[in-house]
Amino acid sequence: MPARIASTRYALPKTAYTNADFFAEFPELKGSSIEKAGVKRRQIAQKDEISSDLALAAAIQLLDEENIDRSEIDFILYNSADLDYYTPATSCVIQGKLDLGAQCGTMDIVNGCSSYVYCLGIASGIIDTMGARNVLLLNSSTLTRFIHPKDKANRFLFGDAAAATLITRSEESMIGPYVYGTDGKSYEKIIIRDGFARFPLTESSTTDRADGYGNVTNDASFDMDGTAIFLFSNRTVPPMIEDLLSKAKLTKEDIDLFIFHQPNVFLNEHLRKKMGIAPERFFHCMENFGNTVQSTIPIAIREAQLAGKLKPGMRVLLAGFGTGLSWSGTIARF
Amino acid sequence: MDTIEIFGAKLEQELDGIPPGSIQPTTNYREIPDWSSMHALILIALAETEYNVALTGEDLRKCNTVQDIYDVIKSRKS
Repeated sequence: MPARIASTRYALPKTAYTNADFFAEFPELKGSSIEKAGVKRRQIAQKDEISSDLALAAAIQLLDEENIDRSEIDFILYNSADLDYYTPATSCVIQGKLDLGAQCGTMDIVNGCSSYVYCLGIASGIIDTMGARNVLLLNSSTLTRFIHPKDKANRFLFGDAAAATLITRSEESMIGPYVYGTDGKSYEKIIIRDGFARFPLTESSTTDRADGYGNVTNDASFDMDGTAIFLFSNRTVPPMIEDLLSKAKLTKEDIDLFIFHQPNVFLNEHLRKKMGIAPERFFHCMENFGNTVQSTIPIAIREAQLAGKLKPGMRVLLAGFGTGLSWSGTIARF
Repeated sequence: MDTIEIFGAKLEQELDGIPPGSIQPTTNYREIPDWSSMHALILIALAETEYNVALTGEDLRKCNTVQDIYDVIKSRKS
């Protein structure tokens, strides 16, 4: 599939929620191990900033800064759990707002933390099978509006953001192979249970409950079993990386840079050490963003490029894992 | 099931930065340098991957020493 990642940009909500703000609200956590998660600030979407707005801003930034002729965008993939309407697809609305050509195809993809790599595969397939020249991938999350005000752990970890990636036709395939996986039996480990088809909102949806650490949630709010997700990541990610390298007939030493989904610096550092990856070849990017769900990997790609850590010609392993539970990995040459 | 000495050595390796031999059966695990709830996750992961035993936060709250944790894992493994 002859595709490559040509460019990335990202957009953030206007309002910051810093660690100073957090510890002013939860002074009992100052000096606690929560700071090992590695986040210092995160941007939080307000009521008038929805996911597609952020995605649109990221798209405009990318198209304008890279002088992309909008008539040459042949497909939009909008990846978010936040859709503007039940119908039509939000990608259709974005196509209109960007004033792209009528030949431009559109599709919404609902998936979470693992979805960037899934979307790269889909984009590559669209280029290969549908003859697209350029695919504009937009990832966006405003998950924080579902986090309970007293869910201290997740309020510390998560931020909102959107990213735009231009995937373009290339002479040779620059992305791949791919590894995907799902553990659907564990779907409840990361969930917002009520408010959709299976469990509509009821009065009991907002009945609060607390975990053993004093984090409060309810069925209408975001709920993540942190221990289960740590174990899942520990159990799943290293074999996925080995599987991917085996498929690519490469070793870890052939990879110039590892960019993982960024849920928690402590978790990622544990994975890095477990897999014997040198710190200078493993990119962290949580400090100023938090866990931005679908956008962590493209934001990290952009930040790594700006920091001079990702240069043209490098071979980068991208790995996503999380809600589903699901996981995905690929190797991209830049 | 590993001996407690081997269990302690594996725990030292997983926690990273702990001098070899510093974790003993009588060590109060909460007094291991830099111990935090994050390290509890690593210990729980070790129990699962090395011994196929599910350890919970509640289990750890009831334990004090490395021996206590080892005994829980050993009893569940058998």
